Amino acid sequence: MGPITMHRTLTAFTLASLLVAVPAFAQGGVQEAQARIQGTFIDLSGTWANRLHEDFIERAPGPHIGDYTGLPINDEARAVADAYQVSMQNMPERQCILYTTQYIVMGPQNLRIQQDLDPISGAVVAYHLSGTVDRATHDIWMDGRPHPSPNAPHSAGGFSTGRWEGRVLTVTTTHLKSGLVWRNGVPHSDQATMVEHYARHENMLTVTMILTDPVYWEEPFIRSATFELDANTRVLPEPCEPQVEIPRTPGEVPHYLPGANPYLAEFPKLYNLPAEAARGGAKTTYPEYGKALRSTYKAPDKCTVNCCAGTPLAMMNNSAALCRADDAPATPPAAGAPAVPASPPPRRE
Amino acid sequence: MKTLGRLVRAGAVLGMVAVMGSTIAAQGRGGAAGQAPGAPAAPAPPPTGKAGAPIDLTGTWVSVITEDWRWRMITPPKGDYASVPITMDAKKAADAWDPAKDEAAGEACKGYGAPGLMRQPTRLRISWQDDSTMKVEADAGTQTRLFHFGDWKAPGGAPTLQGDTTASWETGARGRGGNAPPPMFGNLKTVTKNLKPGYLRKNGVPYGDKATLTEYWDLLRQPNGEQWVVITTVVEDPTYLSRTWITSLNFKKEANGSKWDPSPCTAR
Repeated sequence: MGPITMHRTLTAFTLASLLVAVPAFAQGGVQEAQARIQGTFIDLSGTWANRLHEDFIERAPGPHIGDYTGLPINDEARAVADAYQVSMQNMPERQCILYTTQYIVMGPQNLRIQQDLDPISGAVVAYHLSGTVDRATHDIWMDGRPHPSPNAPHSAGGFSTGRWEGRVLTVTTTHLKSGLVWRNGVPHSDQATMVEHYARHENMLTVTMILTDPVYWEEPFIRSATFELDANTRVLPEPCEPQVEIPRTPGEVPHYLPGANPYLAEFPKLYNLPAEAARGGAKTTYPEYGKALRSTYKAPDKCTVNCCAGTPLAMMNNSAALCRADDAPATPPAAGAPAVPASPPPRRE
Repeated sequence: MKTLGRLVRAGAVLGMVAVMGSTIAAQGRGGAAGQAPGAPAAPAPPPTGKAGAPIDLTGTWVSVITEDWRWRMITPPKGDYASVPITMDAKKAADAWDPAKDEAAGEACKGYGAPGLMRQPTRLRISWQDDSTMKVEADAGTQTRLFHFGDWKAPGGAPTLQGDTTASWETGARGRGGNAPPPMFGNLKTVTKNLKPGYLRKNGVPYGDKATLTEYWDLLRQPNGEQWVVITTVVEDPTYLSRTWITSLNFKKEANGSKWDPSPCTAR
């Protein structure tokens, strides 16, 4: 072997050794450093405001009882949701149960993203997403650590690892506890897993969540929500202190027995929907279902409930802006007038 | 052994230099042919359109309506503006919505202009019309949008239902030249102007002729092989919106176009 050949061999050997020896995390750190130099690094840290321009009613005041529209759930999930009574949540032992991390794209909360940096390499070790108002914190490990054993404990936050796929952060979450997807009782099980994609465009962050649950969902369930970078957004933790809100007989758990929920028919009636459409299911999420439905569907003549919800008009103290009875500002009723709207809106959870 | 150790160290250093060198070389690729020796390398403009595509959006995509179902899958009742940051003028216009009048005026497609179309339950068929024009067809309302890459200039003229759309790839990559292969990651950004007034929702929630639609198209690949396009959608309208309206839409790729089912616009 001549000196040049030997040199090449040693160089190749050394490089190969380096690549094998360097842990995945450090390789990620090199990629990240390269991305910073090339200007392609994407910074997710900051406070992000939730504008609620989609699904305002489901995400803020809460969905109607029995409204499962657009949810590819199965009969098991319907049975659980039909039996759900929101009063269950004010039992002291349940008041501080957290929403699982899928609630980022389901709930009304803003978002704060912090990053832990490796002090030597500067690489991101983890992202921490705030958990405000009953939502579990979401820790996303970026250091290449494996997911724990399937027998490891589950939590509301689950166990999440992330990796950059070009300009998108992809996160995989396992080890979730069972939880609520919608606040009217639609569940996910502890077998659910979640893939999220965080895509930043200028000062917007779109979070896409795909939930897969073999117990309660017929198909993977996709949702996305877009947040805006906003330094003035308040994202504060709200510690939970359970208290007795309603005295109950020990062991009593509010619920409806199968077939006994008296409120399930209100939602489809309010919008002239066939009962089947309100029950959800994968087939109801595709265009062909809408095409068939529209051939017979007739909307109510006028919106009567939640018409301005989530619009600036709902906050105006101006009678011309009002578009539903319960938009009215909290002013004392005129003498002789009823203290509550004649037709109260249906119950929401 | 000392010699061997030196050789190993030298090999490591040389290897690092080689790696860094290749990176630097890659960044500088694409300098103009025939450039004078020693002159600073002026990178050629990166490829655009079909040649510059970092992701493949062609194929048939179906909108999966898991969000805003009641406002998208069916036409909501008149006066339902929930979630849209409308102004009082928009409320007045929406309160005057009359689908029979739209039908009589030949305006049944007002809910199928670009900002409303993308929220319809629809399939999209995406293809390249030519090297710098992407064609996006929707079977809902049988509409076609054209995305123009490069230095395309809108011809002007009367506003149209689908407006004039300019498109670019956002890759974040710098220093790439004309001969470099397209980057493997990135997203599509489109900006649509010159829109004829129409409806954000089929129940007459309006947008005006000064509206601008900006969309960011991300391709997301799943572990199970599924592919999704998520479109972050921003509507600005000084006439009818009090602020930008930001939503995101989800389309799943289908194996083929067997479910493609064009249908005419409906006003109701």
